[in-house]
Amino acid sequence: MSTAGILISILIGAVITFSLRALPFLLFHGERKMPEKLTKLGEVLPSAIMAVLIIYCLKDMPSDWTGIGLPKLIAVAVVALSYKWKHNTLISILSGTVCYMLILAL
Amino acid sequence: MNSRQTFYSLTYVEEFKSMGRRLPYMIHTMTDETYAVNCTLEKSQEGRKDIMFLVAHFSRCYWMTGAVLGGVIGQLIPFELEGIDFCMTALFVIIFIDQWEKNKRHLPALLGLFISVLCLIIFGTDRFMLPSLLLVSGILLFTQKEEKE
Repeated sequence: MSTAGILISILIGAVITFSLRALPFLLFHGERKMPEKLTKLGEVLPSAIMAVLIIYCLKDMPSDWTGIGLPKLIAVAVVALSYKWKHNTLISILSGTVCYMLILAL
Repeated sequence: MNSRQTFYSLTYVEEFKSMGRRLPYMIHTMTDETYAVNCTLEKSQEGRKDIMFLVAHFSRCYWMTGAVLGGVIGQLIPFELEGIDFCMTALFVIIFIDQWEKNKRHLPALLGLFISVLCLIIFGTDRFMLPSLLLVSGILLFTQKEEKE
């Protein structure tokens, strides 16, 4: 692709991304309050979105159970258990990631 | 893919609106990580809006320096840092647990897991995010209505 082509596609991508993020704000701009239902939905969405994001991160597991699936499963368990135990974000992220990288390297 | 961020904005519409001039920047910097970290803040947290703004700002700075450095150093490092991307998964898992402990109702979390696995099977790895979010939001809206009656 030519440089101009690359620049144009980056520009298009940027505009689309920003408009998608801004959509709810445009819909409920200024005096127009968001309907109560949507406000309530916004309150419960975080946990649902985290669940979807976790699945997104793990989506490649079925493609290779021994190479990716099992290491990820173990690493997620390490993260969850260490977090339940210590409630320290840094320790859990570090131990989980290091654990995953070690299994992959072995 | 990026349409998922429309859903992120939903959580913060009212709050960001009161942030005045910082609003466009908050919209601009809404990413998975920023959303995730901002979700961990307590509603009653003092200076909440300032913190959210800083989180968004630093997240963006890290993104940009990270992307540039990654591009440069990635070509210099002789060994593979395979698996380093797992730290994102770890972050999401931790916030999921946090949300779980904070909320009395676990339906949204469970629905999120169940629906996204279902959509993953139906739509495949590349296209399951949007249908998942739409379905989960739809069901959550629907169950809300029933609770009121």
